[in-house]
Amino acid sequence: MSQNNGSNSSSLRLKTGLAEMLKGGVIMDVTNAEQAVIAEKAGAVSVMALERVPAQIRAEGGVARMASPKKIREIMAAVSIPVMAKCRIGHFAEAQILQELGVDYIDESEVLTPADEAHHVDKHAFKTPFVCGARNLGEALRRIAEGAAMIRTKGEAGTGDVVHAVKHIRQIVQEMKILTVLGEEELYAKAKEHQAPYELVKMVAKTGKLPVPNFSAGGIATPADASLVMQLGAEAVFVGSGIFMKDSTNFAEPEEAAKRARAIVLAATHYQDPKVLLEVSEDLQGAMKGLAVSALDEAHMLQTRGW
Amino acid sequence: MSTTPKIGVLALQGDFDAHRRRLEELGAQVVLVKKPEQLDEIDGLVIPGGESGTFLKLLGPAGFEKLKQFVRLKPTFGTCAGAILLASEVENPPQAGLGALNIRVRRNAYGRQIDSSIREGKLVRDLDGRLNVSPLEMVFIRAPKISHLGEEVEVLATEGNDPVVVRQGSALAATFHPELSDDPRIHQLFLNLIQNGKKQVRP
Repeated sequence: MSQNNGSNSSSLRLKTGLAEMLKGGVIMDVTNAEQAVIAEKAGAVSVMALERVPAQIRAEGGVARMASPKKIREIMAAVSIPVMAKCRIGHFAEAQILQELGVDYIDESEVLTPADEAHHVDKHAFKTPFVCGARNLGEALRRIAEGAAMIRTKGEAGTGDVVHAVKHIRQIVQEMKILTVLGEEELYAKAKEHQAPYELVKMVAKTGKLPVPNFSAGGIATPADASLVMQLGAEAVFVGSGIFMKDSTNFAEPEEAAKRARAIVLAATHYQDPKVLLEVSEDLQGAMKGLAVSALDEAHMLQTRGW
Repeated sequence: MSTTPKIGVLALQGDFDAHRRRLEELGAQVVLVKKPEQLDEIDGLVIPGGESGTFLKLLGPAGFEKLKQFVRLKPTFGTCAGAILLASEVENPPQAGLGALNIRVRRNAYGRQIDSSIREGKLVRDLDGRLNVSPLEMVFIRAPKISHLGEEVEVLATEGNDPVVVRQGSALAATFHPELSDDPRIHQLFLNLIQNGKKQVRP
């Protein structure tokens, strides 16, 4: 028996390997063990353990930090599916704590208040895999260069408005398509334009895909939203405030949350089947009230965090 | 049966695309299975890695019963979560199994993601079923372990002291992810199982 976790490539295979297992699934934000159990029972493939969901962070303001380890531990003990947790952008000490705690994925997230205005976490230094947000191909490739094993589009978290999740997945998919038709000599200029390593740009030009799984997040609130971003090319979805929130400050009734959760899980599997989408949508009483992204000014956007 | 077998890959969720690619490389015709009625059109089924509890919820009681009938009649290959589904008994926590393999499986037996690893194990039989030990790369991701083996279950590969590839009749299971390694032998083994049908010699 030999274990070869030491080398970078086998470590990356294990990290992206777990993301492969989550494809076609729904990762749900939860703030306590009770919500985690509802999510697991509804068929979530993973839960994101948080102190507050993005809609609450947006409404309450203040500095948003890593969730308390005690809370994360309770959530880990309550479910058998993988548990993710967020650290602040650049806050490698929070990431070290999360790795020590044994969370299955770390989200270096713009939803929390950034800890470093220039640098992201060196994710190669960790054995625990990282997911990072991106609005465009350059941002995605910079995060992958730093060691991210999964990319999620940022969208605009905590709004229940899918418009920027759509914008970002369309942007990334289109920028990848363009690379596939360019000559190799044109890729140098593209690498400069995207501010991304040439080798990664070349890899995308060859395959037409990111070298790691590409999921969607930020404003997905209904089964139709999940289907939309998956039809546009997302391989799985993160649903934050959309399941457990009635509006930006009040939780939905547990029965209603369970129904929404189950509907979105079915929608992610059958995203190309309008018959199933109709069936699962018909049963719902409505989604979170939400906040139109177009009514937000730039200073209140979370997606501009990250560099 | 036509010369090119039609293989279904259960595509409710998980790494079904990695299996599709591998099976196509080996010359199989692949359909992604999302609805129970699609089981009627295929010669064999792969249940991929993913979250086994999520698979059960997405199958629903009717889908589960239909799949249970299918695995009794036709060759089925499960990896990781797929192996959990094929078992007769599941622990940590307990959940329903299809019972195609008389094994007890312990979920997340190695621990969490931080305990996931790529190991070198041993394939103890070759593709024709003869005793012949060779090394095999094994990608374990939040993997289960087989904690009890029924007498009628044949061990095809081991890692340390653990059985990691097992077969009973036309049901085959791996607790790791051969679809994430370059070595195609385990998938070839499954295709041979389909081609040989029930003629396959039992040990």
